[in-house]
Amino acid sequence: MAQTLFDKIWDAHLVARRADGRDLVYIDRHVLHELHAPHAFEQLDKQQRLVRRPDLTFSMQDHTVATRPGRDDATNPSGAAFLKAMREGSRRNGIRLFDIDDPEQGISHVVAPELGMVLPGATHAVPDSHASTVGGLGALAFGCGTSELAHILATQVMALRRPKRMRIRLEGRLGPHVTAKDVALRLIGDLGVAGARGYTVEYAGAAVRAMAIESRMTLCNLNIEMGGRSGFVAPDESTFSWIAGRPYAPQGAMWDAAVAHWRTLASEGDAAFDRDHVLDCSGLEPQITWGTDPSQVLAISGRVPDPSAAEPSRRAAVESALAYMGLTPGMALTGLPVDRVFIGSCTNSRLPDLAAAAEIVRGRHVADGVVAMVVPGSTTVKREAEAAGFDRVFRDAGFFWGESGCSMCAGGNGDRGEPGERCVSTTNRNFEHRQGPKVRTHLVSPATAAATAVVGRIADVRRLIAGQA
Amino acid sequence: MQPFTSHTGIAVPLLRDDINTDQIAPVQSMRNLKPDYKALLFMRARRRDDGSEDPDFVLNRPQFRQPGILVTGHNFGAGSSREAAVWGMLANNIRVIVARSFADIYRENCLQNGLLPIALAAPDAEAFEQRVVAADGSAPFTVDLSTQRISGPGGDDIAFELPSADRMRLLEGLDDIGLTLKHADEITHWERQMAVAQPWLQTACDRRG
Repeated sequence: MAQTLFDKIWDAHLVARRADGRDLVYIDRHVLHELHAPHAFEQLDKQQRLVRRPDLTFSMQDHTVATRPGRDDATNPSGAAFLKAMREGSRRNGIRLFDIDDPEQGISHVVAPELGMVLPGATHAVPDSHASTVGGLGALAFGCGTSELAHILATQVMALRRPKRMRIRLEGRLGPHVTAKDVALRLIGDLGVAGARGYTVEYAGAAVRAMAIESRMTLCNLNIEMGGRSGFVAPDESTFSWIAGRPYAPQGAMWDAAVAHWRTLASEGDAAFDRDHVLDCSGLEPQITWGTDPSQVLAISGRVPDPSAAEPSRRAAVESALAYMGLTPGMALTGLPVDRVFIGSCTNSRLPDLAAAAEIVRGRHVADGVVAMVVPGSTTVKREAEAAGFDRVFRDAGFFWGESGCSMCAGGNGDRGEPGERCVSTTNRNFEHRQGPKVRTHLVSPATAAATAVVGRIADVRRLIAGQA
Repeated sequence: MQPFTSHTGIAVPLLRDDINTDQIAPVQSMRNLKPDYKALLFMRARRRDDGSEDPDFVLNRPQFRQPGILVTGHNFGAGSSREAAVWGMLANNIRVIVARSFADIYRENCLQNGLLPIALAAPDAEAFEQRVVAADGSAPFTVDLSTQRISGPGGDDIAFELPSADRMRLLEGLDDIGLTLKHADEITHWERQMAVAQPWLQTACDRRG
C-alpha cells in the first residue's frame, strides 16, 4: 500500500509493540526545559534509573528565565529554583545544558532547529505542547507530559498509539504581509480547537512549498491549537540548504548520505489520508483572534460575532469570551486602543519574524501609552538581529529589546500584563489570564503586532503601509 | 503507580467544553518546584477579584467540597502539556474524569498517573450529566473499572469502555517504564541497526570541534 510520510517515519522508528498494544517509537532527539524536567529527574532518581542516551538529550533554560538585560538567577526570583534544579539534574545525568548565560540559549523549539539538532525524518520530543514546531523541517515531533518525559529519559522510546493521518493542502499564494501565522489561525478557526485531535497533520500544497523554513515552523507550531500533537511539512531542497552547515548537522560523506535519504521523504502520490482539508490562501487577509481560544478568530477587516447568530451549543462560550475581552457583537477590532504589544515566543521569534516587524517599525515610533516588547527566540537570533541592526530599529522606536526566552507567552518568568490590559501578541494562546490576570490577548502575526504598536490601535498592516491607517 | 479498581465519590458537574490546562492549573501557580497542588486546581475560578472564595464556583459549593469524580464536556484538558493539571486533580481526590472527549496529551497524562479518563458518547453522556446535576452531591457515584460500569443515584448502571491496554495498565497499576524496559534488547538492536542505516540519527554532537 502506498505510504504517507508519517507512516514512513513511524515505521522506521518502530522498535517493538508492547504487550499492551502500544507502539514503542524511538526518539532521536529529546529536548528538555526547566519547568518540567526537574520533576522527571527526581522521579528517575527515586526509581534509581539512568538516562539511557544523554548524548541525544539536551537541556534548555527557557520558560522561567528573565528577559531583562544583565539577567541572572535572581532577576526572576520564582524561576531560580527551576534553573538550579535543571543545572543539577543535567549535570548529574550528563546532559548538555544551554544555561541562562550560554551564547546559544533560547526557547527549545527555536534552538534545536537552528543548531541542526533537528533533522528531516527524525523523531523529536519535548515536554511542551509546542514540540511540533520542528515539524517545519520534516521531523515528527511529540509534545509530552512529565511522566512521558521520564519514560523517554529512561528508555529513549515513547509508548504511543498510532494516530490517524490528516493532510492539509494550502493552495494559492499569500498576499503581501499575510503570513504563516495568518494561515494557521485561519485553519484553527475553520477546523476548531479539537479539529486535529487524534491526527498527525501533513501540511502540503503550493503555499507551503513557497514558505520559508521559519514560516513552516510557525505553521507547525500552532498545530496543537487545533488539538494535533504532531504536524509537519515534507522536507525539500530549501530544507536541506537551511540545515547545511549547522553545528550539530551531519557533515561530509554523512551529509551526502543523509540528503540522499531525505530526498525519499515524501508521501507517495496515491497514499491515503484519513482526512483531507484544503485552504485556498489567495485572498486570505491578516487574521486576529477576538476571543479566548485560538479558534475565535476573524479577518482583520471582519467584525466580532453576535452570540445570537452562533450555534446554540457555542452561544454561552461566545458570550463569555466577549465579556472577558470587553467587546460587543458586531464591532470591528481595527481601531481598538491597545495597552501592550508582545513580539516573541516559539511561534514568532525567529529572525524573519523580527525582520518583518522591524520593516514596519523602521522610521516610526511606538504610540504613546503602549508598552511594546520584542523578545528574540534565542540568543543566536538576538545576535543575528543585532548584526542586522534590528535592535536599533526597535529601541529607537521605543520597544523593549530583551534577552531570549518564553517570556510573556505564558508569563512563567514574570513578564505579564496588568489586569484589564488589551495585549496584541504574536504568541499561540489567548486563554483567559494566560498573559496575566484579566489580560485580554489578541493573537496576530509579527507584522500586525508591529503595525498595532505604532498606531496604538489594532491596525491592518496593509493599510498602514499604504498610508491609510 | 497506584492501581485503579473502583472509586466512589461525589460527582461534580462542570459542564463546559474546551476547559484548558491554563484554567485547570495556571502556570503562575507554579512559582516553586513543589506548589500546593490541592490549592492550584481551578485556582482562578475558585476566587473572586478581591481574593475571597467565589461561592458560586461548583467546587466551592458545600456539597462538592469533597469531590471524587469530575464530569465535564468536550476536549477537556486542551492546551499545555503540564502534568500539574492532573496532579491537581489527584491532590483533591478526584480519581475519575467523565468527559464528552479529552485532549490527547491530557488523556495520556491521566493514564500515567492512575486518573481514569472516561469518554462517554452523546446519549449516555447526556443521561449521566442529568443524573449528576439531579443528585447535586447528595449521594456518591461508583466507577468500577473491572466491570466498566458507573452506578449511582437516578437510574441504571451506565457502561463505558476503555481500550483494553489502558485498562490493564490502570487495573494493575503497572509501571510504564518497566513495561517498556522488557524490550530493552530490541531498543539496543534498533540503535545498532540505525547506527549503520542512518548514522546521523544516532549521533548528535557539536561538530565545530
